[in-house]
Order: sequence, then structure tokens, then C-alpha cells
Amino acid sequence: MTTQPYNLPDARGHFGPYGGIFVAETLIPALAELKDAYAAAQRDPQFVAEFEYELKHYVGRPSPIYHAKRLSEEAGGAQIYLKREDLNHTGAHKVNNCIGQAILARRMGKKRVIAETGAGQHGVATATVAARYGMECVVYMGSEDVRRQAANVYRMKLLGATVVPVESGSKTLKDALNEAMRDWVTNISSTFYIIGTVAGPHPYPMMVRDFQSVIGNEAIPQMQELCGRQPDAVIACVGGGSNAMGIFYPYIPHEDVRLIGVEAAGEGIATGHHAASLTAGHPGVLHGNRTYLLQDENGQIIETHSISAGLDYPGVGPEHAWLKDSGRAEYATITDAEALQAFHTLCRTEGIIPALESSHAIAHALKLAPTLPKDKILLVNLSGRGDKDMHTVAEKSGITL
Amino acid sequence: MSKIQATFERLQAQGRKALIPFITAGDPGPELTVPLMHTLVEAGADIIELGVPFSDPMADGPTIQRASERALAKGVSLRQVLGMVANFRADNNETPVVLMGYANPIEAMGVDKFAAAAFDAGVDGVLVVDYPPEESVEFAKAMQANALDPIFLLAPTSNDERIALVAQLASGYVYYVSLKGVTGSAKLDVEAVAAHIPEIRAAVGVPVGVGFGIRDAATAGAIARISDAVVVGSRIIEEIEKSSKDDVCANVNAVITELRRGVDEATKV
Repeated sequence: MTTQPYNLPDARGHFGPYGGIFVAETLIPALAELKDAYAAAQRDPQFVAEFEYELKHYVGRPSPIYHAKRLSEEAGGAQIYLKREDLNHTGAHKVNNCIGQAILARRMGKKRVIAETGAGQHGVATATVAARYGMECVVYMGSEDVRRQAANVYRMKLLGATVVPVESGSKTLKDALNEAMRDWVTNISSTFYIIGTVAGPHPYPMMVRDFQSVIGNEAIPQMQELCGRQPDAVIACVGGGSNAMGIFYPYIPHEDVRLIGVEAAGEGIATGHHAASLTAGHPGVLHGNRTYLLQDENGQIIETHSISAGLDYPGVGPEHAWLKDSGRAEYATITDAEALQAFHTLCRTEGIIPALESSHAIAHALKLAPTLPKDKILLVNLSGRGDKDMHTVAEKSGITL
Repeated sequence: MSKIQATFERLQAQGRKALIPFITAGDPGPELTVPLMHTLVEAGADIIELGVPFSDPMADGPTIQRASERALAKGVSLRQVLGMVANFRADNNETPVVLMGYANPIEAMGVDKFAAAAFDAGVDGVLVVDYPPEESVEFAKAMQANALDPIFLLAPTSNDERIALVAQLASGYVYYVSLKGVTGSAKLDVEAVAAHIPEIRAAVGVPVGVGFGIRDAATAGAIARISDAVVVGSRIIEEIEKSSKDDVCANVNAVITELRRGVDEATKV
């Protein structure tokens, strides 16, 4: 493991061999403008103060850390603590990043924001901040997802956004991302593209990580106060990987803390119906960066599966690819069935309904805890609440709402 | 001298401009690609840009994406595309062929393996849409080591620094994207394009082709007057899309013939 100070990405957005800028020439100047504007904003105390103010007063931060005692007892081993991102306004960590990018957009004089969304969580968070700052908002969503996530589509419309169904390709998240990129390249001067995860061309993976790292930056003093020490492991689910980067990043120099990302194994890695890019994929280039991808032997991107729409993506943020290769983080997988079981366990033992995404991280903690003594500590990033998943869970349990 | 360079020198000596049509390999079916390539040449194409289908063609508009989807539905892979070029070469050893596509299928094969296989198949140039010059230094070396011209894009938004970056790596020609947006977009401002071409040509030292938004003989002619080559893609794909297997070659022939007429009449001395 490296003892060098961690200062990635490099100036051109590389995390070792991953990341970078892999887009057509037409997008390059927009990314350069964004990179410069973000660098200037980071150095501007007024920008930083506004971001912090919004997180406190609009989102409701800091989010607490909660000792899930009954869950820990049920697991029988290490103590499980939850970082409660589910308590944020809009119900997940996504809003942290959307606020950062929206106030950056305003600073850059962009009056129109666009976003891609899968299940609709990032779309809802983007529509929320667009309403908050009085910006025009267009959300691209695969037509298949529009059909499956009618409630979130309605939510976005209530918030004043235009939802554009995408009919191309597999009609899901990756196609929505392609379409949002096309909008951006066509409307570059007026439009800011709010990417929802730590993927895409530089500076997005770095910028989204920075905005989300409020999670880990809060957790470190909170753990110190609660337990007098840092956890033995930090566990977070990984789709694109923004909630995981948000909590991992401040912990990278804490070399005694294991960082464990949990990918979606869907119906099982062996079935091929999963979304575990780091575990079962190969490095390649998609959506503007080099990273691990689920692809066929000819380099075509393949369709993914997970019970949780937020993890259903064939790529992963490039910094996770680097953390995997460098050994600083480890990556496990959890199936649909295991995640569902963890969902029910947390509901029953703690009165907390977790998002199906976060249920993957809970499930891994429930596997790991019994292998460890009672004085060990696991910190799980509970990235979102599960209200949005009622329909899916009921359906899996054979109940019609 | 590369086949692409020789083509431009021959055209220049004749006072003519290059017509570069684009089709997606495997669209509408793999068996039609080689016949379509011969059709393009018969109707007046000087260089062929052959699209390698990809599942996520981010820089393309809906027309070319649909072409990619039709080809992928028939299982067309990069390996097969190289086979099509080799078949084309059995009857045509003159017309340069440029592969145009995205990085991932090439990286899945391996850049060095691809470069050698492309050379063996008779490919002359490669344009990887999502490889900007700063990520292409090794790639360009691998191409040139196999006598392949690395072709790069430039856009109205490219500044002097970027033009200089491309100039260091590019051979064959550069492809100037004439408008903001994706392939198949509607509006093209010829005067705005004309204002950029001389400085680009002077900086890159290779011919400059212009594409995106060229749909008819008149526009093709106007672009031919101010550039070295006219690239046409979506207009041809639309013709392929609405044709049957029996009349697709004849219909494409008619479109190219008309574009050729537009280019030649506009540049007649």
C-alpha cells in the first residue's frame, strides 16, 4: 500500500491509468471551462461558504451517525454504525452534489441545467435544486425507466422540470447519459450538465467526489466523538460510486480503516445478470473516462441488472478502479436476494427503511459483522431512504399496492 | 506516401475536391457493406469513411445511432468490419478507407493488435471519436507504426493551442466539425466555417475535410469551395434507412452522384 500522500487525479484527470477525458473535440472546450470555473470556485471563500450554508439550512446537514444496536445484536459480532444520508432533504446523498454543481452553474452564468437519471433519484435532486435556484431544468430518462418510475417522473414535473424520455439503445440510464451529452454539446453556451455520479470526463469524477466528501469529513469527527476512535471498516454501495467516494475519500489517509465497496451481484455473478463492473468487468472507455466496464468480447457495452436502479450501470467511477487496483479499497458483491433480506432486517430491527441501493451495503455489513469480535466497528453509509422502493419490494414479496 | 496523401495530391493536381461519404459497416446488413462501398466509389467517392458500430455512440445523432443499432443487431464486430475492408480490397486497391468509431471496441481488441490487423485488412486511416489528441499520443504512434493515418477532429470551439496539439499528431487529413452538436444536426453556416479553414489548414499542414450538416449538392458545393474535402454521413444513412435491400445501392448511388455534381460544379475552374 502507498505511503505517498494521495493527491489524485493528476492535472488531466487521471487516477493511475483510469479517468481522463475521452470525449469528442466538440466537448473539450466546455470541459476546460468547467475545470477552470471549478478551480476558481474552490479557492473562493464565498463559494465555499454558500455551499456549506445550503448544506446546513436546505439539506439539513450534518447528517447524524447512529449506532444500530439491535441490528448489531441480530448480526452478532461487530458494532454497526450508520451514516444517515437518508435523512437529507430529498432522501439521499445525491442532493449534496447537485447543490454544489447548481451554485457553480449559477456562478458561470448558466441558466439551464440538464441531467441524466436512471430510477429518477438524481433527476429529482437536480429538479429540486433547479427549483431552489430558479433555473430551467431538463432531465433525460430512458423510456423504459420512465415507465417503471412513474412516481419520480411526476415528482420531477411537480418541481418544474421537463422529463425527456430516451428511446435509443436499451432505453435506460446509459442511454439517458448519451442523450444528455448530446444536449450539452448542442447547447454548450447556455447549459450546465449536472452529472450525478463520480464518472464522466474530468473534472466530473473529482468534482462530484469533492462535493460528496462532506459525508466522510463529517464522519471522522463524529466517530471520534461517539466511539473515541475511527471504525475498522467503512462500507458503502457502489453503482457509479458517488456515495462511496464521498465517505471513502477523507478516510484514504487513515490506513487502518478498511474501505469496502459493495457492488450489485443481481441474480448472481455467474448468471451474467448483474451490475458488478469492478468485480466482473474489464477496463475500457465509456462516457468520457477509462474505467472498469461490463462489456462483451467485442467491446460493446452490455445490459446490466440489479433490483436497485441506482446500481444498474455498466461502468463505475474511475477513482474506484484505481482504489481497487492499488489495493486501498476492496470490493465485494451482494445479490438482489441478499439486499432484499437486509432491507427487511433493517426495517424490522431499527425502524429505518433503507433504499435498495444502501441495502447492499447493509447486507455486506451483516455478513462481515459475525466474523468479527464485538468491539470492532463497521460504519455503513446509509446513502438513501427506501420510500421510493416500496413498489419494488412489495412486488418481490408478491403484494400488490 | 500514404494512399490518403496520394489521393489528395492527385485531386489537387486536377483542381478537384475530395468527396468522403460515411456509412456504418453492417448497416443495413453485413452482406451489403462491400457492395455499398463499391457503389460509393462508382458514384464518385474519393475516400470512404466506414463506421465501426458501437453500443453507445455518444457523439452521433439519432440517425447514425440507429445505423449502429441495426449493425449490432446483426452481430457485427470490429473483427468483421476489418474482414469487410479486406473483401473490398480484393476488387479495389486504390480508394482509401478510414475507419471511424469509438475507443472501446479498439481497446477490447488491443491497440497494437488492432493496428496490425487494420493494416493487413487494407485500412488507411483511423478516426476514434472519443480519443482527443491529449489521450492519443501512444495511439497515434501505434497507427503510424503500421502505416495508418490517425485522423483527428477539430471544432469551431477549438482554440490555437488545440489546433497545435492536433497538428503534432495528425496525418492524412483533419476532419473539421462544422457546427456545435452531433452528427445529423440541421444548421450549417458556410461563412462561419469559411472563416476558420485557412488558419486551420496553415496550422495542421494536412488537408482539411468538413462535415456535420451537409445534406445536399448546394451545401456540398459551398463547402468544397472553401475546404479540401466534403464529408457526408447522416444524409446517406437516411437513404439506406428508407431503402429496401434491392434498391439500396441504386438509391445511394443517386445521392452520391448528386453530391459529386455539387462538389465538381462548384469547384470548376
